[in-house]
Amino acid sequence: MTAITQVTDPQALRRSRTLGVFFVLVGLAIYILFVRSSAGAQVTVFGMNPGRESQALKIPNVTLPVLPSLYAMAALSVLLGFFQLARGFGRGEGLVLGVAALFLVLSFLTWAGRDKGLNLIGILETALQRATPIALAALSGVLCERSGIVNIAIEGMMLTAACFSALVGSVSRSLWVGLIVAVLISGLLGALLAVMSIRFKVNQIISGTAINILSIGGTSFISSKFLQVYQHLNNPGKFSNLPLPLLARIPIIGPVFFESNLIVYMMFVLLIAIHVLLYYTPWGLRTRAVGEHPRAADTLGVDVFRIRYVNVILGGMVAGLGGTFLVLGSVPRFDELMTAGKGFIGLAALIFGKWNPFGAFGASLIFGFTDTFQAKMQILDVPIPSQFMRMAPYLITMIVLAGVVGRAEPPAAEGQPYEKQ
Amino acid sequence: MSAGKAEDSQALVAAEGGLPGGASPRAGRVARRQTLLIPLLAIITALILSGVLIVVTDLEVINAFTRIPRRVAEPFTDPASEISLEEALWRHPPEVVVGDVVAVEGKDLLVVETVEDAIKQISLADARHLYPKLGPGVTIHLNFFQKPTVGLRAAWKSLSVAYSALFEGSVGNPAKIAAAIRAWMAGNPSLLPEAFYPLTESLVTATPYILVGLAVALSFRAGLFNIGAEGQYFMGGLLSVFVGYSLKGLPIYIHLPLTILAGIVGGGLWGAIAGFLKATTGAHEVINTIMMNYIAFALSDWLLNGPMKRPGGFRPITPEIQPSAMLPSLFPSPIRFHAGFFVALACAALVYWLLFKTTIGFELRTVGANPRGARYAGINLTWNFVLAMFLSGGLAGLAAANEIMGLIHYMPNAFSAGYGFDSIALALLGRSHPVGVVLAALLFGTLRAGATRMQSAAQIPLDIISILQAMIIIFIAAPEIIRAIYRFRAGREAGEMLFTRGWKV
Repeated sequence: MTAITQVTDPQALRRSRTLGVFFVLVGLAIYILFVRSSAGAQVTVFGMNPGRESQALKIPNVTLPVLPSLYAMAALSVLLGFFQLARGFGRGEGLVLGVAALFLVLSFLTWAGRDKGLNLIGILETALQRATPIALAALSGVLCERSGIVNIAIEGMMLTAACFSALVGSVSRSLWVGLIVAVLISGLLGALLAVMSIRFKVNQIISGTAINILSIGGTSFISSKFLQVYQHLNNPGKFSNLPLPLLARIPIIGPVFFESNLIVYMMFVLLIAIHVLLYYTPWGLRTRAVGEHPRAADTLGVDVFRIRYVNVILGGMVAGLGGTFLVLGSVPRFDELMTAGKGFIGLAALIFGKWNPFGAFGASLIFGFTDTFQAKMQILDVPIPSQFMRMAPYLITMIVLAGVVGRAEPPAAEGQPYEKQ
Repeated sequence: MSAGKAEDSQALVAAEGGLPGGASPRAGRVARRQTLLIPLLAIITALILSGVLIVVTDLEVINAFTRIPRRVAEPFTDPASEISLEEALWRHPPEVVVGDVVAVEGKDLLVVETVEDAIKQISLADARHLYPKLGPGVTIHLNFFQKPTVGLRAAWKSLSVAYSALFEGSVGNPAKIAAAIRAWMAGNPSLLPEAFYPLTESLVTATPYILVGLAVALSFRAGLFNIGAEGQYFMGGLLSVFVGYSLKGLPIYIHLPLTILAGIVGGGLWGAIAGFLKATTGAHEVINTIMMNYIAFALSDWLLNGPMKRPGGFRPITPEIQPSAMLPSLFPSPIRFHAGFFVALACAALVYWLLFKTTIGFELRTVGANPRGARYAGINLTWNFVLAMFLSGGLAGLAAANEIMGLIHYMPNAFSAGYGFDSIALALLGRSHPVGVVLAALLFGTLRAGATRMQSAAQIPLDIISILQAMIIIFIAAPEIIRAIYRFRAGREAGEMLFTRGWKV
């Protein structure tokens, strides 16, 4: 045991200790925050059927006694923490962290819903809805950053796409035209980022910020010049939910995943496609090579610039899809600054997910879940001001970035312009 | 990779003028000339491009150019039915819009500004008023092809209205200024305030710009990208307004500095968190500061609606600060110019002194130029990151304190006018040098004051300023674009400016 700790680097050791302490703290938090303010005989009823018309088969609701379940989860968290401190979970750390986070969330829900009941399916549905734009932003980040370009402009690309999907969708009276035009325009912004970072070798953070400012200014300009004045220009309608046959009938999974709208399905398709492309095709190998060691890739005949251009433009289009979801997939109208940092949260999800598509998606789900909280908690009138609930996603982003989950290694050549020799 | 870093840092030091031997004297001269020329051309190009944007988004211009010539349908040509234009318009509402040429018996009439809703039909009342006696045979054609001047005239009008409003709103009306000076010479100073109001208003607007620009410039010098000036501005404002209204009965020479200090501390601590996280965990300050912006907004929303809300009101604003915490206003009422402008200028001098004349500044710049080298030289990275972000945030917080103490005297919910992003453009335009930042801030203050006038006079949204700023950032960051447009050669081969790196420290 001591031999193992000696060979691991001190940072990893410190991290694993921090994690152990964190698990114990989760247990204590559950006890202090929730157990002490609940009474003996309270129960929480978790609704397991969607609160709307659904094809899913009905299943009985789950009733949890509040105190015993809270105690169980607090004790388990503390146990996990001690085990982590004593032995360490090694590679399973991430998973255990997920479990601890789940305990925290579940105990919070149990506590918040005591004597009132809570529709779990509704929460999961909303969480997926809110995770979708974040996941698309993160996928856009995967495409760009794996090829070595830092894309901080995802926020701006989403905002622009949201604005144009509302405008073009309303003018053309076709959701599809709105979607396609918006995605193309945000691809154009991707091209702008690519030209600035690759051709002109501008610092990528600065070029990304310039695009963000351009998008904020441009969309607010269009909004106050046209969209707010002529309401019919800001009313594109939205993609309706499209239940998939048979799959939608599965309880729990069906209503959450298979009764969504088109853009959510597109997100899943993209997720799988990007994963397969990145790890199982020559293109993916080249992309990763260009992101890690462009000179070596160049020596082997890979066109570094071309790969980067293609990836950044595709990344822009994926981010644009995320932006259109905000309009055509949820509220069918554009409001100024409606992305509210989702692009940046997507970047944090990307880092949290260690630059992998599925990791990034998982992280996005966590963010979507946190985001859902604040809305649901206000309905349950939890005695926390709504403004503090609103901070939650941003706080979690910061905690994630601070490396609670362990320092992730970004692609080695990221952020550096490539000079051909 | 380390070789690349070393090159970058050399380029940075050379750009600061610290290594005169790095380039040949001639190249140095060219480079120095271009450090002025490129920002100038960047601003001009950005102004031209926003002019294009103003023209192409103007509905009157759009109509003047894009309406296809057409002859309005049969009712007009039927001689039996004596149909008036108004009836025709009634029957064919979408046929006539602003900018249309209505030809009546060979005479051309330009129909403009007679439409209630520019996109819908001409109002009957207006039509009746304008064309009381119209008979059959009216042709409506708009007509860029037959009459190209229509479109061009509309475009020119749109542009000249917009940019003359910009000029009058920022500098003032030259005729009025001349008249006021003449009257003043004759012993009548009563016209002066009105004539110089726009100019002083530009300086008032420039005051916070100087400070937030300095904030970002200072962080740039230390190799950090403080994108969260907005949040630091809010936090500085909250703390300073709290000190301003809650402490009562203090003499002005204690209360005033204390309130300023509160602003610096509020913004500074908020910024230092990001610096600390960067130094200890490597979390990138760009994302952290943006996240902290949102947290600051939520926090201020809560404070203004709860603990700090003005008693007995519905609006989410704080109580007014004590008179002992107010910066003196220098002129009588309509002119809002206040002493804060000089506070800002003094800060610029202070930042210059700190950065270039002290050991602290040298360390900050060394960390910014080459963190690895700085660490080997024994400079404490953690301390310098935290210090840089504290100073940077402190300047942003001071900007807020200045606004509160000199101008509005309380803190409203919509407190900032987007300083977070403006400050980046300012720092880039000013080449991260205090003098450059002050000049850039004066320019932006002028532009913004003018844009406010432009919004009211020509219905051009204020956001045009953000677009302008983004273009200026792009052109300054990629001067090759400017060089390509105006066809001159690069002064130096090396990269221009390099501030931040990827996600890693």
